[in-house]
Amino acid sequence: MFENLSDKLDKAFSVLKGHGKITEINVAETLKEVRRALLDADVSYKIAKDFTKKVKEKAIGQDVLTTLKPGQLMVKLVKDELTELMGTQVEGLNLEEKISVILIAGLQGSGKTTFTGKLALFLKNKKSKNPLLVACDVYRPAAINQLEILAEQVGVEVFTNRESQDPVAIAKAALEHAKQNGHNVVIVDTAGRLAIDEQMMNEIAAVKAVVNPQETLFVVDSMTGQDAVNTAKAFNDRLDYDGVVLTKLDGDTRGGAALTIKSVVNKPIKFVGTGEKMDALDVFYPDRMAERILGMGDVVSLVEKAQEQFDTEKARKLQKRIAKNEFDFNDFVEQIGQVKKMGNVKDLMGMIPGMGKAMKGVEIEDDAFKYVEAIISSMTKQERSNPSLLNGSRRQRVARGSGRSVSEVNQLIKQFNDMSKVMKMMQGGGMKNMMKMMGKGGMPNMPLGK
Amino acid sequence: MGILSFFSKEKKEKLDKGLEKTKESVFSKLARVVVGKSKVDDEVLDNLEEVLITSDVGVQTTVKIIERIEERVSNDKFLGTSELNNILREEISELLAENNFEDLKDFSVPVDKKPYVIMVVGVNGVGKTTTIGKLAYQLKKNGLKVVLGAADTFRAAAIEQLEIWSQRADVPIIKQKMGSDPASVAFDTLQSATTQGADVVIVDTAGRLHNKVNLMNELGKVKKVMQKVVPDAPHEVLLVLDASTGQNAIEQAKQFTIATEVNALALTKLDGTAKGGVVIGVSDQFKIPVKYIGVGEGIEDLQVFNKVEFVDSLFK
Repeated sequence: MFENLSDKLDKAFSVLKGHGKITEINVAETLKEVRRALLDADVSYKIAKDFTKKVKEKAIGQDVLTTLKPGQLMVKLVKDELTELMGTQVEGLNLEEKISVILIAGLQGSGKTTFTGKLALFLKNKKSKNPLLVACDVYRPAAINQLEILAEQVGVEVFTNRESQDPVAIAKAALEHAKQNGHNVVIVDTAGRLAIDEQMMNEIAAVKAVVNPQETLFVVDSMTGQDAVNTAKAFNDRLDYDGVVLTKLDGDTRGGAALTIKSVVNKPIKFVGTGEKMDALDVFYPDRMAERILGMGDVVSLVEKAQEQFDTEKARKLQKRIAKNEFDFNDFVEQIGQVKKMGNVKDLMGMIPGMGKAMKGVEIEDDAFKYVEAIISSMTKQERSNPSLLNGSRRQRVARGSGRSVSEVNQLIKQFNDMSKVMKMMQGGGMKNMMKMMGKGGMPNMPLGK
Repeated sequence: MGILSFFSKEKKEKLDKGLEKTKESVFSKLARVVVGKSKVDDEVLDNLEEVLITSDVGVQTTVKIIERIEERVSNDKFLGTSELNNILREEISELLAENNFEDLKDFSVPVDKKPYVIMVVGVNGVGKTTTIGKLAYQLKKNGLKVVLGAADTFRAAAIEQLEIWSQRADVPIIKQKMGSDPASVAFDTLQSATTQGADVVIVDTAGRLHNKVNLMNELGKVKKVMQKVVPDAPHEVLLVLDASTGQNAIEQAKQFTIATEVNALALTKLDGTAKGGVVIGVSDQFKIPVKYIGVGEGIEDLQVFNKVEFVDSLFK
């Protein structure tokens, strides 16, 4: 997500690392790099300026001249400041009312309708709600159709009125409909609008007044540049929204808008959109995001994501097998299945500390595991559960069966052995040992043959 | 439709007035510190930097522009407000013009290609479909026979959206149902356009983030299939950029150019507060001309790009 920004900061700090001590001069040099990194990441000009000033004051204020590891100290300072800027709390949605109303607002093309569909699915599946979607975008051609299609995809009801050109009246009627049909959440999708469009801003203010939402969410494209500061503020001035939704974070944007918005309006970022599929919605963790900006990865997120997909019973069995050194190709295939369920492989890799950088430029296609699976499928049952059986002639047969070369088969078996070792290590010291190993540059080849 | 476009025009006038105020103050601030000085001092540079960075011009391009200004000022010595204005305009226009592209005078296409095939690409939500609707309207108004192809078969209701625009612009549309193969839609469109003797074909594609390898490869396939009907198609690959996008636009231009050889840009949503300064860097780095700008949601709200006016809008 923020790979580029952390790269830049890495570079800035490496300037510092070359020096034994922090002096005012090399702080200035580092901060210049930090500021440039922030600007390249689309953090607002003024905020980047204030930010570097603040870090400088803190750095100089402390007795840094004798610090042994100035680079580390600066990392900490920058991280602390970033965390502060991003906010420190994780906030959920207020859904306490008998019928909770959520109003969606934002610029054109920010992803409001897609988010509306995703939020409905999230509330339906994870919060056991019965949402009603309301189509209040009466302007953009086919906007109503779009919401209808998404509602059908996620299996929730949608309220529309193609005869009406009045979003306020539509919203009002939708609330009545929700009351009579037992919906406990109403999500109101609105037309995209520019903050300087008085008439349209009046309109959404009127919708807000009539539906009296528990949550007003401002949807913003994570690729937004310097204008984020104006837009976020203008919408907040009119709507006093409760939270922000950051969309299209599956792209490679540096995402400085997240920092900007948070510090300008001081509203929490409640969700992030990470893909076009309806389940590509994540909760935003400001503290983790700040760590991620500094290239520390998002280990916690990864673990949680894995847990969600993981069958605990199977996991326990697997653990036992690993402990007894019984991890075999059947387990391996199952693991691949798990990883595939967790989503885009590249995204997952990006969450592992240090991997973001290492994976840069490496193309991992979604079907990266295809060949691996083909090779394993060509093994016999016995070979799968006892990989040591795989001698030269068996390997040749597997290669023929899978349509891959013998060297690819050899490579996979080697990777499998490496992986078994890693898993054993993780058993012993959990994540820590693994991290230690990665820190030494000992990350084994991942089984991602192309 | 009449009412809608009238409405949006009125809105734009209002909006221009609102914007002028902020632009004026930025420039007068800049002028104040520059005028009458023989050297560009730090205060001038800081102000210039602020104007450019906050317009999304980006650090790299800003440094380039400032270096050019410094050079000019050291040669020309004393500066007045109008000279500063001119120098800025010239230097930035030059970055936009170094690809030797003359701004279009009007909505037209080369007459020697028939049909002239335009493939429209970009990330999600930049305004591809809206731009196509407006472009089709303008080309048709200029007497050209236009056919649209609905090759965004992925996004919910994208086909319906383009269909409504085709009715507004009164041009035919070739479509299949949602989820069908975009390359096949493009093929049908070109074939139908050739049979009909159309002058221009505009093919819509689904929005895609440029770091999705498979989706980018798909564009290459669409292109290849088009060439089965019209060997040198697409003549124009139009990358649509949202003016509110920051530095990521550079990466977008890079990746889309690798995948499809982009040779024209459209900058949308310039009626908002975003300045779209990132196109200066995009145009300069990749030598791709900006052809069109979008300034509203109405059917008339597409203009041919004018370098001088664009630069003025950054500094006015």
